Amino acid sequence: MSAYVTKSPWVVHYDGSSCNGCDIEVLACLTPMYDVERFGIINCGNPKHADVFLVTGSVNEQNKGIVKQIYEQMPEPKVVVAVGICACSGGIFKDCYNVLGGVDQVIPVDAYVPGCAARPEAIIDAVVKGLGVLQAKRDAMVNKLEVPAEEAAEEPAEAAEEAVEEPAEAVEEATEVVEEGGKE
Amino acid sequence: MGKRTIIPFGPQHPVLPEPIHLDLVLEDETVVEAIPSIGYIHRGLEKLCETKDFNQMVYVIERICGICSFGHGWGAVASMEGAMGVQVPERAEYLRTILHELGRIHSHLLWLGLLADGFGFESLFNHCWRIRETVLDLFEKNTGGRVIFSICKVGGMRKDISNENLKEMQEVLNGLKAEIKEITDVFINDASVQNRMVGVGVLTKEEAEELCAVGPMARASGVPQDIRMTDNHGVYGKLGFEPVLEEAGDCMARTVVRIREVFQSIDLISKAVDQIPDGPVDMKVPNKIEGEYITRMEQPRGEAYYYAKGAGTKFLKRMRVRTPTNMNIPAMVKTLAGADLADVPMLVLTIDPCISCTER
Repeated sequence: MSAYVTKSPWVVHYDGSSCNGCDIEVLACLTPMYDVERFGIINCGNPKHADVFLVTGSVNEQNKGIVKQIYEQMPEPKVVVAVGICACSGGIFKDCYNVLGGVDQVIPVDAYVPGCAARPEAIIDAVVKGLGVLQAKRDAMVNKLEVPAEEAAEEPAEAAEEAVEEPAEAVEEATEVVEEGGKE
Repeated sequence: MGKRTIIPFGPQHPVLPEPIHLDLVLEDETVVEAIPSIGYIHRGLEKLCETKDFNQMVYVIERICGICSFGHGWGAVASMEGAMGVQVPERAEYLRTILHELGRIHSHLLWLGLLADGFGFESLFNHCWRIRETVLDLFEKNTGGRVIFSICKVGGMRKDISNENLKEMQEVLNGLKAEIKEITDVFINDASVQNRMVGVGVLTKEEAEELCAVGPMARASGVPQDIRMTDNHGVYGKLGFEPVLEEAGDCMARTVVRIREVFQSIDLISKAVDQIPDGPVDMKVPNKIEGEYITRMEQPRGEAYYYAKGAGTKFLKRMRVRTPTNMNIPAMVKTLAGADLADVPMLVLTIDPCISCTER
């Protein structure tokens, strides 16, 4: 039993200060060749509907407020995926005067996709790993809720155990850097 | 006169893959004035170029924009070659022209998809991007990258493309024509698309000239302005290039110009593959850059301008890039004034905005 929506994770995409390369690869993920809709993933424009936040490009003084704002508008539980090496660390632009660094300077990031530009396969891999984190966060939130006495009795003990154990593992697994992307 | 309200548009907006902010001043449903504000993706790339030598710099310059990355690489390299006073081998010029035109096909198909998405025609968006994947496969096969290629260097190309691969590219593209035509006919003939685009956002020839519009935006208003017409740009002079012109100046005309350019690019690649001479693709260049040089390029979005000034060493004193979207923003603001609020996404999209080019 979950008090939160469990299927069809929706993503919202924001271009921090990327060169467009990663943005068009994010969009390419949605189109027939890569087709993330088979995982129920839809790109939506509204952060209030989204579960996964895809950020491309690094943050700068002008856009850090916007990145933060979009993140805060998203309902809990939520996952942030940093797409491309610029979003991970600043990449080739890290010495530029207007670049503060990776997205994790401003908001917590759950999965990193290196690569310039990040390949669609790597982005999909990161999003799917991000979904593991999302599930873990969701379970943690469900555990916090007070479960009514009768329903608690119906629920098998295993389910409760799983919910406790899974978060730590899933988080660890998903925050591992997606290596396929880095080798390109 | 109704009461004026201001609606913020962007920087995060469903129709915009990139952040640009517009303050739309409205009277009822009509836009009276649009005030653009940019700077969300400014990185300071021109300054970064001063700290890199001319070989490293190409990697930075290519990342001005991921859509026309080859064109930017070529433009910067050509300006540095000009400052050095070297003439690259002919085969390299042909390869650059072929890859640049391939980039134009991919850019225009991408844009057609975004436009379809902008007026809510999801399946058309998906079909455009499906066809575009074939073009990206050609890129990946011949250069090793889907988006960023890093194949251009000062003095020529980093690697050759074999004649067999070029012939295959020609065949694949000619085979793609029918598929592209099927999709682009929907743009031109479908009633629901026509309702959104015909007569919307008209820019007259005089206005286009006065506001210095460039690229497909100017050509859709009947201004014959295309850098490929000049002889010193790649090998376009040998391919018999004629610019694509439309007269209406509305959103539909801008779309039709780009659609016709896709087919034109396929023909240009086809001719170039037939004509390409054998020979080296790379040459030795001096180890320092002195003097200054200006290059103009026709990017998918219009005329771009590259200025290189050498410091007498491997480094440049100044690298200046002026990109087409920069020049088209005044024209966009002009078409926005007096438009319907519902048409704003169409008007913003039909200049084919590339904000990361604009802000660098």
